[in-house]
Amino acid sequence: MPDLTCEFLNLRLRNPTVLASGILGTSADVLERVARAGAGAVTAKSCGPTPRAGHPNPVAVDWGHGLLNAIGLTNPGAEEEAQMLAEARARLEPLGVALIASIFAGTVTQFGNVASTIAAARPHLIEVNISCPNVADDFGTPFAATCESAAAVTEAVKHNVGDIPISVKLAPNVPNIGRIAAAAVEAGADAITAINTMPGMLIDAEAGRPVLSNRTGGISGPALKPVALRCVYEIARAVRVPIIGTGGVTTGRDAAEMLMAGATAVGVGSAVWTRGVEALGEIAAELAAFMAQEGYRTLDAMRGLAL
Amino acid sequence: MHQTFTIAEIHTENYRTKTFIFDKPLPDAQPGQYVMAWLPDVGEKPFSIAGGDPLALMVVAVGPFSEALHRLNVGDRVWVRGPLGQGFVLQGQHHLLVGGGYGVAPLLFLARTIVAAGHTVDVCIGARTAEDVLLAEAFTSTDSTDQTDNPLKSIQSVDKLHITTEDGTLGERGLVTQAVEAAIAARRPDCVYACGPVPMLTALARLCQAHGLLHQFSWEAHLRCGLGICGSCELDAATRQAANIPAGWLVCKDGPVRIMNQES
Repeated sequence: MPDLTCEFLNLRLRNPTVLASGILGTSADVLERVARAGAGAVTAKSCGPTPRAGHPNPVAVDWGHGLLNAIGLTNPGAEEEAQMLAEARARLEPLGVALIASIFAGTVTQFGNVASTIAAARPHLIEVNISCPNVADDFGTPFAATCESAAAVTEAVKHNVGDIPISVKLAPNVPNIGRIAAAAVEAGADAITAINTMPGMLIDAEAGRPVLSNRTGGISGPALKPVALRCVYEIARAVRVPIIGTGGVTTGRDAAEMLMAGATAVGVGSAVWTRGVEALGEIAAELAAFMAQEGYRTLDAMRGLAL
Repeated sequence: MHQTFTIAEIHTENYRTKTFIFDKPLPDAQPGQYVMAWLPDVGEKPFSIAGGDPLALMVVAVGPFSEALHRLNVGDRVWVRGPLGQGFVLQGQHHLLVGGGYGVAPLLFLARTIVAAGHTVDVCIGARTAEDVLLAEAFTSTDSTDQTDNPLKSIQSVDKLHITTEDGTLGERGLVTQAVEAAIAARRPDCVYACGPVPMLTALARLCQAHGLLHQFSWEAHLRCGLGICGSCELDAATRQAANIPAGWLVCKDGPVRIMNQES
């Protein structure tokens, strides 16, 4: 019987599946639901310094190869989010599922403030979202674009979270993601989450218009998988910290590939649309079946095989 | 993504409601499901499917998007994503449909499906006042000469249509739950299917439980992604608890229809 236990920093996850940020994660109820459906860990929706309504509809479409979305970082603001996270933490504790908070902000200083507010809720890990592609109008170029900005945010966050470990979430659309990851790690990142969505656009030819109200959006799901695998691979060759590899994982086999690319844990997002909330538990079971079939007794036996 | 539909016919229901009948069917549409209708540069909103073949949507003009739809003419286009969500599931053979206000739209599609399946159906429609009673003619068995595929064509085999208005200006004076009591007494249904305002649904739930009746309700929420991803469509705690709906239930994906009174 393969062992799915995933050691991630100081956490011991029952399996390596992690609900990706931005997929549900908007209430303690929904986080608990995903936890009960079999996730190893769950990541909350990103929160920022002030409440945001997000973009008007259309905000998401299924285009046949995954999703394109520009929700617009809808969130209630860090203060209210912290309360939700505290409640979520209490509900997840008895289930043995880890809670990952996610934060974003418009300036380095704001990142520090948001980190401090969220740390008070005691999530197991704080994911630093420097890579959302959907809010350029408000926030400009993501901090994930350069080593300097990624490092500056990482340092500010690390300084404000006490003993809570942090994972910096990177963008795929950079010339050298390994270098960005190394800069973040050098600035104090305990882990790396790779990747956020890839900026894209869909046009309805009969309407003659972009489909999303934000015009551009983030590509996720199967179309993203080769990009995600390549990014995780490059990051794993550049840094020694654990990686939450996410992008296009829909099946247990996809999860195995992500682990082989060097990931420690595997983020799952868009699969919740195609397979339902049960996706994470089902992917974990499929991964175990794959391991049994191929003769891998532990995740370590597969991890980084492709490097 | 979105399919392009052309408006073939527009039917004015009342001072602020129109039914749009399109030029072709929406494949795989089931009663109780909805679509996200998109007007480029205006917005995108959910609408219950009032007819599947051809596609028909009933639109109440209550905001900028629905008002923009109302300004469209025959020949104009609307972009549609769907069908989405979980629809009604026929349980038994004799069915009772209960609609409040503009909740009647999905029930029209359901009634036709029931009749096509060879089952029997009673319908209770309730509204504040006469002009808010919608689609009543479509539920009555009067016009047998219309041979078109018009989804508003009168359904031949609706056994009993009960109309109630709170002010008594049409049908019986009172709440729709009174008509439901009478309908149940006249002929006990195998299942009750309802769509309408939350207070109507919670009262109806109590009634169905008291009579030991299976019941399925369609719920409403603010929808954004329609894909069960963004989390916008959770019901508020008070409604959830009153309806015994589990925590984390998503209207856009788990619903909008819920088979009530189940364990999970």
